[in-house]
Amino acid sequence: MIAQDLLVALQGVSSEVAERESADWPSFNCPIDSLVAVLKVLRDNHGYDMLVDATGMDNGVDASPRFTVIYHLLSTANHVYVRVAADCADSENPVAPTVSGLWPGADWHEREAYDLLGITYENHPDMRRILMWDSYPHHPLRKDFPLAGHEDDLWDEEIREETGTKVIPAPMAGGPFVSKSSNFEAQKEPRAKDESWNEKKEKPEG
Amino acid sequence: MVSSNADIGYNSKVEGGVIVSKADAVINWIRTHSLWPMPMGLACCAIELMAAGASKFDISRFGAEVMRFSPRQSDVMIVAGTVTYKMAPIVRRIYDQMAEPKWVIAMGACASSGGMYRSYATLQGVDRIVPVDVYISGCPPRPEALLDALIKLQDKVSTETSTQNLFKVKS
Repeated sequence: MIAQDLLVALQGVSSEVAERESADWPSFNCPIDSLVAVLKVLRDNHGYDMLVDATGMDNGVDASPRFTVIYHLLSTANHVYVRVAADCADSENPVAPTVSGLWPGADWHEREAYDLLGITYENHPDMRRILMWDSYPHHPLRKDFPLAGHEDDLWDEEIREETGTKVIPAPMAGGPFVSKSSNFEAQKEPRAKDESWNEKKEKPEG
Repeated sequence: MVSSNADIGYNSKVEGGVIVSKADAVINWIRTHSLWPMPMGLACCAIELMAAGASKFDISRFGAEVMRFSPRQSDVMIVAGTVTYKMAPIVRRIYDQMAEPKWVIAMGACASSGGMYRSYATLQGVDRIVPVDVYISGCPPRPEALLDALIKLQDKVSTETSTQNLFKVKS
């Protein structure tokens, strides 16, 4: 059993490492203080040499701990995966250690998690937003972020004054937008499923 | 008796190589057939834009083959693709850098209205940030649609009162 062997080995690094519920590959919960040490052991002693994904997760506004960081590793020799998750201690300002020292590729993954979830990575070489603009005040993948988004100002002051354009919430307006199957190209254009409401007309109650 | 008189009408010996026309007609004729595009390729529409520029569809048949990657040298900005709020001020700045006269084609659903990206991150139509002359539907539009839009824009350019615009004092 790979999972049992790994669990024993990882508990040698930190006694608090526990198995995590998983539908596919071996998966472990790990205290965030020993996260880097655990991942280093997996990389150096067990052949999990490739970081496939580094991401984060919001467990819900009222959940405690609210934020979890997750790492997917692949052994390129044995073609097996392992998943390691660690809960962030602080739910208000979640902090996780960077693993960009182990895998340089984690740099941008962690910037994405910082951008979309607001998890700050300690000792990261370049902790900036990667997708949204630098002055954007929200973290869109958090559970309390509405699907349509928030109203904000454009980031460029000159253009903001010149055009008067704002960042506006974009409600789905009867969406999802689907294309009907038809023999006529013109009728295949995607349209809202529910056309009773749109940007200008309020959504009917009930 | 009325005989045919060669002196009435256009006489090349008298008038030489001169043709009398309206300034508007001449200026618009020149502009119409040399619309130099500024390819603002932001997503998959740009691929169709490239196809329109290549030999099969050949946008040069309409005098618009000179894709200029400098806004200073272009006449028509073709916004081909999804404009995010992060990119929107940059699109506007590049539009501002283009010399007058200038036109804008919004190519595809995303540039026209945000398209399938009804999202917190996507500008819901490039007309919120630059004045658009022609919209093209499609996701992405075929190159023929772009050529059609170009012909529509040519129609528009050919009816403009260019001389008035030329001497217009900006208020």
